[in-house]
Amino acid sequence: MITSVRSDATGTPPTAPDQPPVVSVREAALRFGDRQLWTDLSLDLAAGEFLTVLGPNGSGKTSLLKVLLGLQPLAAGTVQVCGQRPRQGSDVVGYVPQQKSFDPTLPLRGRDLVRLGLDGHRWGMPWPRRSDRDKVEQVIAEVGAQSYAGAPIGLLSGGEQQRLRIAQALLGDPRVLLCDEPLLSLDLRHQQEVTDLIEDRRRRAGTAVVFVTHEVNPVLPITDRVLYLVGGKWAIGTPDTVMTSQRLSELYGAEVDVLRVRGRLIVIGAPDSAHSEPAGSNHHHLEHDQHDQHDQHDEHDEHDEHDR
Amino acid sequence: MGLSYYLHQPFAQHALIAGTLVAFISGLIGPFVITRNMAFAVHGTAELSFTGAAAGLLVSGDPVAGALLGSLVVATAFGTLGVREKERDAAIGVVLAFGLGAGVFLLSRYHGFASAATNILFGQIFGIADQQLLLLSLVALGVLISMAVLYRPLLFASVDPDVAVARGVNTRLVGLLFLYVLALTVTEAAQIVGTLLVLSLAITPAAAAQRLSTRPAAVTVVSVLFALIACDGGLLASLRFGNVKASVFVTAFSFVIYLLACLASSRLLTRRRTLRSASPRAARGRAS
Repeated sequence: MITSVRSDATGTPPTAPDQPPVVSVREAALRFGDRQLWTDLSLDLAAGEFLTVLGPNGSGKTSLLKVLLGLQPLAAGTVQVCGQRPRQGSDVVGYVPQQKSFDPTLPLRGRDLVRLGLDGHRWGMPWPRRSDRDKVEQVIAEVGAQSYAGAPIGLLSGGEQQRLRIAQALLGDPRVLLCDEPLLSLDLRHQQEVTDLIEDRRRRAGTAVVFVTHEVNPVLPITDRVLYLVGGKWAIGTPDTVMTSQRLSELYGAEVDVLRVRGRLIVIGAPDSAHSEPAGSNHHHLEHDQHDQHDQHDEHDEHDEHDR
Repeated sequence: MGLSYYLHQPFAQHALIAGTLVAFISGLIGPFVITRNMAFAVHGTAELSFTGAAAGLLVSGDPVAGALLGSLVVATAFGTLGVREKERDAAIGVVLAFGLGAGVFLLSRYHGFASAATNILFGQIFGIADQQLLLLSLVALGVLISMAVLYRPLLFASVDPDVAVARGVNTRLVGLLFLYVLALTVTEAAQIVGTLLVLSLAITPAAAAQRLSTRPAAVTVVSVLFALIACDGGLLASLRFGNVKASVFVTAFSFVIYLLACLASSRLLTRRRTLRSASPRAARGRAS
């Protein structure tokens, strides 16, 4: 039987208790075949709250986003976004994917990519309408991407691309932003810029954020709560309560140490986590590699399940 | 006899109408074929329209109807066997090999004119009967309507599949529908340039257009334009110089357009890169 490790402040958001939650998950479980990703998960996300979702590959972080996008049904329990069951193509959620490389010859400008977020999912031809164009230009200005919005997407840097991604996600004026490793393969400065943009939007519009990441440190200062998923178990709470040696050791069922160094968290001994220690013993590296392979395989399986 | 004489002949008029229709839809699907990396699917369906045409000849003496029906079978086979992108080309190869074998067998059972076989392979635009022209027109109209309906989600699913899925696009369905559209278009094009030379209408004009613009809509328009020039130009040239097959001119014109576009684009690209690095923000962004 899998037991969940909960913090004191279980699923209750720390802010705005009188407003209805933007995201509400109740006793939810997700499994693929006989593989249990997580179970008995309950959480409420308040408007303007920043939830950082951590955990090793294959622990179901991306799957949680798919559930909130209405792409993945739960095995048990309920989920609501803005008081309704999540449905595909809804404007109340904005989705920011990880950076990917576009072919430099792809005939698509940054502006076109953003525009697809507006009505790309509808059937028919895109009729040029002034109001639509204004909307697109407005979000491009909001993220400060005017100077390169007309350039081919394949010639843009990762940071520029992610700015446009955020613009795309903001088109429908969403109540919650779902971010799937948006900082992956960005350098530190661009990580900071992208994080600032999301934080800026959260402060101004009270947009809740669910931020899936391997690397907690870039978002640690703005994280309200952490959801940590490990092999069917989970813990939720403020970074201070979840990111401790004791709690993570319980989750992983192994000795895990959490160090705080100048406001940064360093997790040592957690299998396959990108925020583990920069240097360790030989023994540890071996163990790490094995887990890496295993977990990458798992992650692959998980994605395959979604494709079906 | 001059060109104007031929232009009053029904066979030449039929050819030009059919050529225009086919060029239009080929140019339309071309950019998506390139973006979705489906050149081999085009080649596969084109060659397999030989099998469909041979079956049509054998059963009812109508290679065009046979090829069109056959293309739907082929698209279904490609779609069901090659679900994952990695498996797709292998599935096409498998179906293609078996289908061509079946085509050779079917043709060996056919005891009509031998030229019917070579016409399938290299195109025979100037032998289109009224009935076939009507069929080609209806299919082209169907393709046109389908593409108009599919355009946006197809573009989304082609350039940005992950986000398209997140936004609720059924990328599997859209991909499968496009496969049918592609199969029908390619089979129509095969009637003009022949199964072996279809790529000159379904890929080359789009490849040329992509070199000249970065706007999706502009690329589509230019691609259609190039296909029309190559196809109708090739037909007219063939009428003028009677002893050379139309497909030779069509492929040659198409290739020349591509070369010219390459020349023009190398200058465009240099200008674009210079513009980009001139902007201070962009320069900062590229530095990382």
